[in-house]
Amino acid sequence: MSKILIIAEHDGSQLNPATAKCVSCAEKIGGDIEIAVFAENGAAVAEQAAQIAGVSKVIQIDDAKFAHALACVIAPEAVALAQNGYSHVLGPSSTFGKDLLPQVAALLNVNQVSDIMSVQGSHAFQRPIYAGNAIIDVTAPEGLTVVATVRTASWAAAANGDSAAAIESGSAVAADPGHTRYVGTEGASGDRPDLQTANVVISGGRALGSAENFDIIYRLADKLKAAVGASRAAVDAGYVPNELQVGQTGKIIAPEMYFAFGISGAIQHLTGIKDAGTIIAVNKDADAPIFEVADIGLVGDLFQIIPELEASI
Amino acid sequence: MKILVLIKRVVDYNVRVRVKPDGSNVDLDGVKMSINPFDEIAIEEALRIKERGEAEEVIVASIGSDECQQQLRTALAMGADRAIQVSCDEALQPLSVAKIAVKLAQQEEPGLVILGKQAIDGDNNQTAQMMAALWGRPQATFASKLALADGKATVTREVDAGLETIEVDLPAVVSTDLRLNEPRFVKLPEIMKAKRKPLAKIPLADLDISIENNLSVQSYAPPPQRERGIMVDDAKGLVQELKNRGLL
Repeated sequence: MSKILIIAEHDGSQLNPATAKCVSCAEKIGGDIEIAVFAENGAAVAEQAAQIAGVSKVIQIDDAKFAHALACVIAPEAVALAQNGYSHVLGPSSTFGKDLLPQVAALLNVNQVSDIMSVQGSHAFQRPIYAGNAIIDVTAPEGLTVVATVRTASWAAAANGDSAAAIESGSAVAADPGHTRYVGTEGASGDRPDLQTANVVISGGRALGSAENFDIIYRLADKLKAAVGASRAAVDAGYVPNELQVGQTGKIIAPEMYFAFGISGAIQHLTGIKDAGTIIAVNKDADAPIFEVADIGLVGDLFQIIPELEASI
Repeated sequence: MKILVLIKRVVDYNVRVRVKPDGSNVDLDGVKMSINPFDEIAIEEALRIKERGEAEEVIVASIGSDECQQQLRTALAMGADRAIQVSCDEALQPLSVAKIAVKLAQQEEPGLVILGKQAIDGDNNQTAQMMAALWGRPQATFASKLALADGKATVTREVDAGLETIEVDLPAVVSTDLRLNEPRFVKLPEIMKAKRKPLAKIPLADLDISIENNLSVQSYAPPPQRERGIMVDDAKGLVQELKNRGLL
């Protein structure tokens, strides 16, 4: 039977919902599911992880060196832990997981299965390649640890259970290599819902024309309690910060409702939204490729339509 | 200081890739091949560092059959000083690529290794991280800004929460994100000049590493398609439609 270790993503106090999505993937693999929390003081995060249904144990490893998630610090610890009979090590396909899990895989001398979309067996998975233009069935060898990242847009978060799993405390075993230092983080747009987990996302494209004009997107988003996203063109043009980029090289999201205003629908953008529930597109150009995938389309001027929407919602 | 840049020959990013009808692979017959776009950014960054006087030599390396010499020549035309082809006809998975990269780093002793965060064919996003782990050196992935001083690199990284800055000791491995720079265009005289720049060919066997292609691909399928939906005439119609669907 499989024994699965999930590396928790968190910000020091809050467990990232991506972790519960990894639990859903692990349940499909089947077996014992345990979560490792590497933190400076991980008590709060460990308690949240222990609430997730299907988790049998949480291992809380506290150390000052985990104050910031540095791959070179966490990877050797995860590897040491993984050697206690785990068949699988999973993490989310977020920038946290993408930074860390390949290090874990390399130190265990295996290739990583990136971006699991679905599970066919304990060692058989589907994942996207070529920007999602092809889906492959890939098999990892039996007898070697499976190290994988979970494509969060493909999985619903596992719900909380009735009773909490046991929390065990462990201790760090590897020395901090000392060659990597955290300096700081800037960004994160305050009170709005997180782009990756929001139920509703309002995105704007190059047609917005300027950073100032993006205000109408923010206003509509506030009205709908939605997160704000953007196309690569809008980010490259400097209208919004990079963390709002939706697409193959930005964030891959699966909200219930996705609004694309003035986004033409380049393949790399569509890759980021194809798991959305309902896609609504507004564009001046009736031939824009976004209309090929939109559930509801409207040809028109976004500067006229957005205020009308705002007034009538 | 030397900078080692690793590049991959991949299908050009403008090509719409399709799965073959029999599901045996994707159809790459006769399509245009290019330097992986993230790797092109890696070359550009290395050249800018050299042009600022912070590095003496830019070495570009690729793993593959002789066809990848085309991409190495392009990198030389952009301004790289010399090229290394690790000759190998088999498609390698990231762990093997990382092991080869470590061997090259041990031979060349660069102060900095730069490569793309992912190749746009396999979309694995693994090689830089694996290389750093196996080399025992720092990594700075998804870089959108890179500054060197006093044997250290200060790197701004594009992460989900925004922009994170870390400081790493050199030598280090940096993987590039899209906004690090905009690669230069190659001019014709440079292409002619590049033909005379050194390109060394090393057989993979000479590097004495174990090849770990331990993932096997069973089949390829096209992605599920979304259907084209309905069109509405105006904002009022849109709101009505969203209400009908219980979304508002």
